[in-house]
Amino acid sequence: MSLLEVQQVSKAFGGIQALTSCSLSVEKGSITGLIGPNGSGKTTLFNVITGYDSVDAGDIRLGGNDITRAKPDRVFSMGIGRTFQLTRVFQRLTVLENMHVALPRKVRGLLLHWGSPHEQTRALELLDFVGLTKLKDQPAGTLSYGQKKLLEFAIILVAEPKLILLDEPAGGVNPTMINELGSRIRALNEKGITFLVVEHNMEFVMGLCKTVNVLHRGTTIASGSPDEVRLNPAVLDAYLGA
Amino acid sequence: MKRVKILVLLALLLIAIVFPVLISPTTAVNDMAVYTMIYAMGVTGWNIFSGYTGYISIGHAVYFGIGAYTMALTCQAWNVPGGYLPFLLLPLAGLVACAFAVPLGFLALRVRRYAFSVTTIALMFIFQLLGYNLRGITNGSLGLYLPQPSWSSGVYDLPFYYVGLALLLLAIGVSWRVRHSKYGLGLLAIRDDEDRAFGLGVKTAAYKLSAYVISAFFVGMTGALFVYFLGTIFPQFVFDPIVDVNLTTMAFLGGLGTISGPILGALIVTPLQQWLLLQFGGSSLNLILFGSFLLVILLLLPQGIVPSVQERWASWRAHRLELARVKSLNGTKNQPALVEKREGR
Repeated sequence: MSLLEVQQVSKAFGGIQALTSCSLSVEKGSITGLIGPNGSGKTTLFNVITGYDSVDAGDIRLGGNDITRAKPDRVFSMGIGRTFQLTRVFQRLTVLENMHVALPRKVRGLLLHWGSPHEQTRALELLDFVGLTKLKDQPAGTLSYGQKKLLEFAIILVAEPKLILLDEPAGGVNPTMINELGSRIRALNEKGITFLVVEHNMEFVMGLCKTVNVLHRGTTIASGSPDEVRLNPAVLDAYLGA
Repeated sequence: MKRVKILVLLALLLIAIVFPVLISPTTAVNDMAVYTMIYAMGVTGWNIFSGYTGYISIGHAVYFGIGAYTMALTCQAWNVPGGYLPFLLLPLAGLVACAFAVPLGFLALRVRRYAFSVTTIALMFIFQLLGYNLRGITNGSLGLYLPQPSWSSGVYDLPFYYVGLALLLLAIGVSWRVRHSKYGLGLLAIRDDEDRAFGLGVKTAAYKLSAYVISAFFVGMTGALFVYFLGTIFPQFVFDPIVDVNLTTMAFLGGLGTISGPILGALIVTPLQQWLLLQFGGSSLNLILFGSFLLVILLLLPQGIVPSVQERWASWRAHRLELARVKSLNGTKNQPALVEKREGR
């Protein structure tokens, strides 16, 4: 059964057609890859899924529910978390405060002190999971690039999403850290979290994903196992031809 | 550490309470103290929105003026005599300011950051024009008079001072509660990255608007108390860009987005302004001196006093700890080598 279903989605910015009748499905419990040359529309696809951009045409469904026109806050509360290509953490909040921003809030508890014991334990557990416990009281702006990536990842996890979209998680991260990241993703996947990963590092994608989708000029041109995709002539053409 | 903090705060409160009775030498100083309290309350309220969200409003004089006119007009309409009674109208003035802040905030907050700041300036001038031209309500540039209390001159300032202090404490309480709540964490997240906060489930539009309305409540009461103390009200003195300059200056000087910063700013800016006015007001030299003071502050403490001091304190402590660590390392094995090296130099 597919958890995320993108059907015939189109999106134009002025005269530029970023997505043209693009379709994609992500199986529940999978780690699905999304690759494509620069400018092929990967980030735009992430933006329309998470509500940051509106679609011109098409449908997006999460577990059967229509989320085509949902705003970012609703998409998040329905269980899709995402990271950004250029990491976005709250620079002047501490690492721990960053974690608490993503925790669900009810109107009734809004004026209560943030960080109930239960939430605090959860946040600290996750910081431990990504290895940032020591830095919990530092402003997030003082973290290194790789640490910010890990923090952004942990922030998403705190809300227990069903599906996580990762936009170039390995970009600019050193090789050891990339392996670390891969094992973290696998561990979470075993616990039932589904992943959709955009990545330029082919080795990383091919090692991690069972299914890979290839985007070219705003539309999916291939989908299948890493080996199938690698040998697909259309894919070779997209990367080497144009 | 926490106990020390509480003791210091209690001591400050005690000083604030006895100041006009025991410490202040003249009525001029007491006048200054009243204005300081009034502004400290206003800027603390302003900071709940602009400080926490980073949306700098340069148009809160709108609410200052609306609060002020609410005070003047209700006193007139209901024949409220001078004395303690008008103080009871302060919350009403705040609430009327809130009622205006809902639609105005909704409009102004449709744009981001700098565009928002510019919009708020425009709103301020629109209300100034309305103040001049709605003569049926405001009496235009002729102004209105407020009822005058019949207190003797020696103790005249005291009720204003203590009401101002009480409202300041209320504003601090609200600011503190917000700062440490989930709601406040959302506001601070908006300051750092609004779109990201939205994508993490923070309902940004509702957060910004509610904070804007809360701040209008306090600035509205500030305006009302201000004109009651002054005794008269004219459009150009309440829908006044100087009000906005004062609020922003105090907040930036003390430390935008901190709880104590804006209060410290008010404690410095208001007396300084009043003193300069008394000394050099005749030649307008006061404005030049005040401007130079601001430039010096910008040059030396661009982040504001409280954050700069906090930062220096933190780095001094970190340096000390590191020094101690290095020393203990050297103590075990490296010390002779280090000494030699130094002598070699």
